[in-house]
Amino acid sequence: MMGRSKGGLLAGYSALVFAFLYLPIAVLILYSFNGPGVGGFPPRDLTLHWYRVLFEDDAIWNSVLNSVIVALVAVVLALLIGTPAALALDRASFPGKALFRRLVLLPLILPGIITGLSLLMLCVFSGMELSLVTIALGHGTALIAVATTEVFAGLQKFDRRQEEASLDLGANHWQTFWRITLPNLRLSIVGAALLIFTLSMDEIAVSFFLVGRENTLPLEIWSRLRRGMTPEINAVSTIIFLFSLFTIIVWYRIRTRGQAQEIVQASIIQGETHEPEPPGLHQVRDRRQRGRRMPR
Amino acid sequence: MYSKQYKLAVTVPPLMWVSLFLLCAYLILFAHSFWSVRDGQIARKFTLANYKQIVSSPLYLEVLFRSIKMAGAVTGLALLLAYPVVYYLSFRARHKNLLYQLIIVPLWVSYLVRAYAWKTILGSDGVLNTSLQFLHITHAPVSALLYSPFAVVLTLTHIYTPFAFLPIFASLEHVPRNLIEASQDLGATPWQTFRRVILPLSLPGVIAGATFAFVLSLGDFLAPLLVGGPSGIMISNIVVSLFGAAYDWPLGAAISLLMLVMVVSLLFATERLEKRYSYQ
Repeated sequence: MMGRSKGGLLAGYSALVFAFLYLPIAVLILYSFNGPGVGGFPPRDLTLHWYRVLFEDDAIWNSVLNSVIVALVAVVLALLIGTPAALALDRASFPGKALFRRLVLLPLILPGIITGLSLLMLCVFSGMELSLVTIALGHGTALIAVATTEVFAGLQKFDRRQEEASLDLGANHWQTFWRITLPNLRLSIVGAALLIFTLSMDEIAVSFFLVGRENTLPLEIWSRLRRGMTPEINAVSTIIFLFSLFTIIVWYRIRTRGQAQEIVQASIIQGETHEPEPPGLHQVRDRRQRGRRMPR
Repeated sequence: MYSKQYKLAVTVPPLMWVSLFLLCAYLILFAHSFWSVRDGQIARKFTLANYKQIVSSPLYLEVLFRSIKMAGAVTGLALLLAYPVVYYLSFRARHKNLLYQLIIVPLWVSYLVRAYAWKTILGSDGVLNTSLQFLHITHAPVSALLYSPFAVVLTLTHIYTPFAFLPIFASLEHVPRNLIEASQDLGATPWQTFRRVILPLSLPGVIAGATFAFVLSLGDFLAPLLVGGPSGIMISNIVVSLFGAAYDWPLGAAISLLMLVMVVSLLFATERLEKRYSYQ
């Protein structure tokens, strides 16, 4: 083991890195209460004025509503396409499967600008008018990857013998899917839905190119940033931050509870204790790279 | 056990959707890169003019190389920040899970919000400058902070460090602890254990993390627009302007395609490397 001083050095360094990650966020939140505006040290005239301004700002709330609609459509779309895609990757073999897998995952790995531009050219090429619909289609399509990787990971943990039993007992494929497959994938699907929702709410690179007349929240913030900074933007950012935090906690709760259940079930069935995956480790794969671990 | 109909039912709809919306989109990008603009209209006729223009114009190549350098700097910094912290978390820290979650949280803070936070910090009337003056360290605002490549690299490092962190954490968590004990039992010093056992086993994670940081920061265009100023623009900003006011979609498509090819070949290369260094 390393000496004490070296361990202390490492801890100190880590603390600095955490400070680097969190200070900007802290500053942002702090200055949402700053009376005179963004900037100036020390912060003074602490006030809720900017939150009041924000709550009376119809354009912002309109864009929030737009973002929520887009995100909901994106969730439904990505799950409707991504779930069968995961089943197909898990269970069927077809020509071009490897290409299909890579193609589905591409939007998550590529910089958003490339996917955004490509979708823009597709829209213009096919004569679609840019609007919230195109943004929702774009988000839904780009985020299929999230649904597919989540559901695919869920399928790996899932015991196929249950499906076999169901089919043997006379249920057809459709019944088996509704009664066995889907309930077993519940956790992955809820996790995917939350992730897709949050990613879509925050998405800007693809929306940037597909926007019509109606703005989403990030685009609205973006257009205001170009005009100048006001603590109102800090205030809305603070609210977004709190909302994201809330989502993570909900998601985390769902995940750990589900995992605990799975472990209990597994140990009952197999009569053995089973070391749980460190909580949070699944998230390592969740954002981008989980897809890259799929079997070839 | 799955019938043919079942397989068709799960395969055909996603296959069609993905072909229609993703494959077609990327193919149209490809096609555009060989077209041109004539009299304010896109002429759908094959030409290599866009690629010739990229190669012959110093502007595009210069910005491309600068972007690669900046993305490289972001990657290096992200690894430098992430690796020791991951090491600390994985081998030393008591509240591993809590600290791990703390790294995840900034990932969920809106991208735009994080970039904007840096703008408020680095500006001439920003938090950093006014603090420095408040503490009498400087007397006039340091104007070089905002609107420079430095500001872009700093902002992108802040945004993408968690992405480097995650795969490294996964790989360090999977280093078999008995190998480390064996190394210690056989008389290796802590440094030797790190150098010969831990570091090589964590390479796949390092490679994956570096790839994410590099690819994502290379394609970023919003942070440079916010904090970069004219000297901090990156290749994606050129693409954006070509798709906007400059109205030369084919040239923009050609540059994008070049980026796409770079990114995809990088992904293939790193996938290979990751496999080579994984011990399983």
